[in-house]
Amino acid sequence: MKKRVRSIVLTGYGTNCEMETAHACRLAGSDDVDIVHISELLYGDRRLDDYDFLNLPGGFLDGDDLGAAKAGANRIVHAVVKGREERLLEQVLRFVDRGGLILGVCNGFQLMAKLGLLPGFDGCYETQSTTLTFNDSGRFEDRWVYLAVNQNTPCVFTRGLKELYLPVRHGEGKFLPADEAVMERLHRQEQVVMQYSDGNCERAVMSYPENPNGSLDAVAGICDETGRLFGLMPHPEAYLHRVNHPRWTREDLPDEGAGVSLFRNAVAYIRHEL
Amino acid sequence: MTKINRIEIAFRDGVRDAPGEKTKKNIQEHLGVNVDRVTTVDVYTIEGVVTAEELEAIAAGPFSDPVIQRWGINRGLARNFTWLVEVGFRPGVTDNVGRTAAEAVRYLLGNERVDIRVYTSRQYAIDGPVTRHDAERIASGLLANDLVQHYEIIDGSSWDPDRGVAPTVPRVDIEDDLRVDEIDLDVSDEQLRNISGSRVLALSLDEMKAVRDYFADAGVTEKRAAAGLSPRVTDVELEALAQTWSEHCKHKIFNAVIDYEDEAGGLTSIRSLFKTCIQGSTKLIRERLGERDWCRSVFEDNAGVIAFNDDYNLVYKVETHNSPSALDPYGGALTGIVGVNRDPFGTGRGSKLIFNTDVFCFADPFYDQLLPERALHPRRIFEGVREGVEHGGNKSGIPTVNGSIVFDDRYLGKPLVFCGTGGIMPARINGEPSQTKEILPGDRIVMAGGRVGKDGIHGATFSSEELHEGSPVTAVQIGDPITQKKMTDFLLVARDRGYYRAITDNGAGGLSSSVGEMATLCGGCDLDLSKAPLKYPGLQPWEILLSEAQERMSLAVPPGKMDAFMTLAERMGVEAVDLGVFTDSGMFRVRYGERTVAYLDMTFLHEGLPTLHLSAKWNPPRHDEPSFPEPGDLGGALRSLLARLNICSKEYVVRQYDHEVQGGSVIKPLVGVADDGPGDAAVLRPLLDSFEGIVVANGICPRYGDIDTYHMTACAIDEAVRNAIAAGGSLDRMAGIDNFCWCDPVGSTKIPDGDYKLAQLVRANRALYDYTTLYGVPCISGKDSMKNDYVVGGTRISIPPTVLFSVLGKIDDVRRAVTMDAKRAGDRVYVLGRTRSELGGSEWFALHGYVGNDVPVVRGEEAKALYEVLSDAVSKGLVASCHDCSDGGLGVALAETAFAGGLGMEIDLRLVPADDVSRNDYLLFSESQSRFVVTVREDDRDAFRSVMENTCCAEIGRVTDDGLLVIRGLDGNEVVEEPVDGLKKAWKQPLAF
Repeated sequence: MKKRVRSIVLTGYGTNCEMETAHACRLAGSDDVDIVHISELLYGDRRLDDYDFLNLPGGFLDGDDLGAAKAGANRIVHAVVKGREERLLEQVLRFVDRGGLILGVCNGFQLMAKLGLLPGFDGCYETQSTTLTFNDSGRFEDRWVYLAVNQNTPCVFTRGLKELYLPVRHGEGKFLPADEAVMERLHRQEQVVMQYSDGNCERAVMSYPENPNGSLDAVAGICDETGRLFGLMPHPEAYLHRVNHPRWTREDLPDEGAGVSLFRNAVAYIRHEL
Repeated sequence: MTKINRIEIAFRDGVRDAPGEKTKKNIQEHLGVNVDRVTTVDVYTIEGVVTAEELEAIAAGPFSDPVIQRWGINRGLARNFTWLVEVGFRPGVTDNVGRTAAEAVRYLLGNERVDIRVYTSRQYAIDGPVTRHDAERIASGLLANDLVQHYEIIDGSSWDPDRGVAPTVPRVDIEDDLRVDEIDLDVSDEQLRNISGSRVLALSLDEMKAVRDYFADAGVTEKRAAAGLSPRVTDVELEALAQTWSEHCKHKIFNAVIDYEDEAGGLTSIRSLFKTCIQGSTKLIRERLGERDWCRSVFEDNAGVIAFNDDYNLVYKVETHNSPSALDPYGGALTGIVGVNRDPFGTGRGSKLIFNTDVFCFADPFYDQLLPERALHPRRIFEGVREGVEHGGNKSGIPTVNGSIVFDDRYLGKPLVFCGTGGIMPARINGEPSQTKEILPGDRIVMAGGRVGKDGIHGATFSSEELHEGSPVTAVQIGDPITQKKMTDFLLVARDRGYYRAITDNGAGGLSSSVGEMATLCGGCDLDLSKAPLKYPGLQPWEILLSEAQERMSLAVPPGKMDAFMTLAERMGVEAVDLGVFTDSGMFRVRYGERTVAYLDMTFLHEGLPTLHLSAKWNPPRHDEPSFPEPGDLGGALRSLLARLNICSKEYVVRQYDHEVQGGSVIKPLVGVADDGPGDAAVLRPLLDSFEGIVVANGICPRYGDIDTYHMTACAIDEAVRNAIAAGGSLDRMAGIDNFCWCDPVGSTKIPDGDYKLAQLVRANRALYDYTTLYGVPCISGKDSMKNDYVVGGTRISIPPTVLFSVLGKIDDVRRAVTMDAKRAGDRVYVLGRTRSELGGSEWFALHGYVGNDVPVVRGEEAKALYEVLSDAVSKGLVASCHDCSDGGLGVALAETAFAGGLGMEIDLRLVPADDVSRNDYLLFSESQSRFVVTVREDDRDAFRSVMENTCCAEIGRVTDDGLLVIRGLDGNEVVEEPVDGLKKAWKQPLAF
């Protein structure tokens, strides 16, 4: 029997990619797609318990004023849901425990890293051990980048994908682990899902602008040990149709943008494996 | 614990301090001072009672990132420096990070801790052989803007890290006594002038007299007595009148009666340039369209509205924010962009914002002469403005899709900062046409969003004057895109649920303008200023009424919807307050609690302004005709032109703007094989499930105004339209926005050439009428800024008269859009449009130090025919690339087309359709209008030619794969042979900061 796929796209307090993220979920075949303001969760009008696919889209939560997504993470950790004696974080952890999928893009990835949802070593989702900080250039930049996808990763979102070409649009996207052991473990457990790469999407590169922010080991996205939680700096929801591609007027491209495939994988996983 | 504590946050050892490195680079590039190293420390000063444990929880929790940062409480983290510069805000200046930090503390410690305030500052620890004098220069010339920030410099040799910097808070302390002054206007003319001047009212003597006469009227006195007011004007009333009657709000010059004398001595009397030339043109175009009229609301709201399709309307507005950007480039430009956001947002029932545009005019960023007193260096203005628009646009989640930068040293005193925003709204909302608004007596006056402070007081009147020594510093605000984003998220929900009837923004003039204008829809208001939420106590009633504190909208909420509206606001974290009631009393009534502080007839407030009477005289200027020979090295000449500031790549700026958020990007500002060619126009899809799209473009060419503003304006309009056509737009549905930025055109002893400047304005408006009616491109909104002069210590720097023409067009199917880059070797190269010897005001003449006289003339009929046919060819898919010819002419357009495609070209100038052009350099660099460079697939040649029949269209060469731009001259010899990589390098290098 086919399972109904229910997607939630979280917004509010500075998130700004909710529309195209919801569109991506719809294109991928999600049966329900709700754009939900954080306040609706905080007032108990909606609950994460009613969804399978949580999208944390890009934007500037609270202006990134205390560092990217820092104040946003602080809200999730400490804010109490009205009428229920629980913090929002507890709902998130229950969602993870139940086997739901989380996709964090850009600011959403920053949020996941700062909450500790990623890398989630040993199933612990509350300890921060990686971060995303200021680009080496010291600048916000909008540019498309080539990405090499790890073929051995448990990440369910990238199944069947070898390469991607997507835009980054951030000022704080440089990936750093707390120490070498964290980095080593990320590699060993194949949690490094994608890396900034050369134009053939074969070789991870440290050189600018191919690696747009100076991320250590050119890390562009990581997942948790289960592969169900995935965060990345590039924006898959920004490439849903070939006319989004910067060179669509000069290259032969399929109508559907490559960004949709991440969402298709998520929907397929929920439908058939959850 | 003490009540004031400092938490410092620094990077851990071994973590790259990118903000510090960027600062080091800026110190070197902006000031030429070499330093070894700059490191940064973020400082949070916390006011309020907190325990030591709580402080640690704050520092280790929301304020720091454990992976990369370390923290200290009441001690200094900076190490190893020669000088430490700490920069903080002055009291009352918007501190966005401080606000977020205080909110984070409340999440952590509990919502009841409202007494805790957080103030932020930043330390720059500078290491290297830097003198105190240089440290001062770095602090005042780069790191801090004295107007909004204060700084402290600490000598590294006296530094005690255990003590650090003593905590202080920039709290606003002002006396609290409520005061409403009454002003006696029954005084001499001289005293009336003084009252206007000393209070920054910017009212003329005639206007002051009109106010005096109103208050002298017996009927008025009687009404006032009944309301408990004396016959004298209150400061609240006088200030409200000054805002409402300001040049900024009432466009007095555009509505003046002007006696215009042409060069032959012929006299015409013009009754309002706005009504005759601008509104008149739109009216004529709409009449011609008849039932097909797609304009929905023009000139009457905060922005113009046109139909996108049967189900949706588009909204567009472009504003300027020049004076504030001169004083505080970052805050001024940030406020410019978030301010113009509120225009389409506050139009009709309110629209969702879908794109931003930005056009800047600066002096040379490499300017090396002595700066006029108080003026900031153009590089600093450039960087501040760029960053302000970056933060305003990116953080609001609105893509910045189109813009340009013009350089001319006459923008040294005042830069021009044009910010535009487009929106989309359903054609009907809750059954009503979305472009309409209504207010019924009894509806509540509600203000939503930010709080009221002393920021931005007198913005409207201040920008209606020249910039001078006494320009009020309170006129500068700093916008807060996140507070605004929260507000717009909330209001779009409230709109769709029908919680309000009308909405408008609080911009220039604050509540005085917003509520005053809304009240015209029902015939009066009763506004209570004591209910306005304040950032800090101590504001006088007139200040509350005028404050231009940002991120606020005013709404008319039906009484039955108040509860629902207020509940939703609270849930979505937005402050909203009931400030009174709309009435039909015919009176603009303002009170502070029970006490009435303003009581003005609505008709007098809005229609009592006397009409201005001005004179204009046109004397065409005559410039030296250039005399320089055709250069032997035309390839070198081409490279020099490509490196001109007005032509070179603006990638440095464009990359730092998010131009793709919302997912509708189709043609980006950077295009071509390496994503770095200069796109002509933006194309986007506002609805992701449709291929209907919009095209956004602009035209601006102030240099031609040195010869004749008529042709300058014609060229700006043509450039905007032509850019849109080049990307795939069509004249079927294209609307314009006019922005006039002028130097003071009102003749006086201070401005002896006022009648010439006014004649320039008249001529610009005539061109606007002529060409918009010809192209059928109606202006739907616009703005003028008439006092762009800088006067300090006897120096007057006036901007060149500048017209920005922005267009918004409809594209039926974005999959037919075209980019400017050559696509493949073998494609044929065409030039469309005729080249004439029109180099007056050109970049080629400017490079040789000349202006010349033969300004480009737009042959409108020819151009229109060409645009219609070209649109047809594009829609048939026959055009591989299309690029507009503008600054630098055909030569630059060919080079850009080639290098954006990473391909070579072979071109024969003998095939270029031209009238009497005998020099290769003139043929290559003439800036004749209405021309394109087009490439066409070999297979499509015949079809293309047959569509283009009867237009001026010639095949002049082909695209090659050898990477060389080869041009044969009029004598058949090669005059240019340049590797396109080298041309591109020359074009990219000048502003590659």
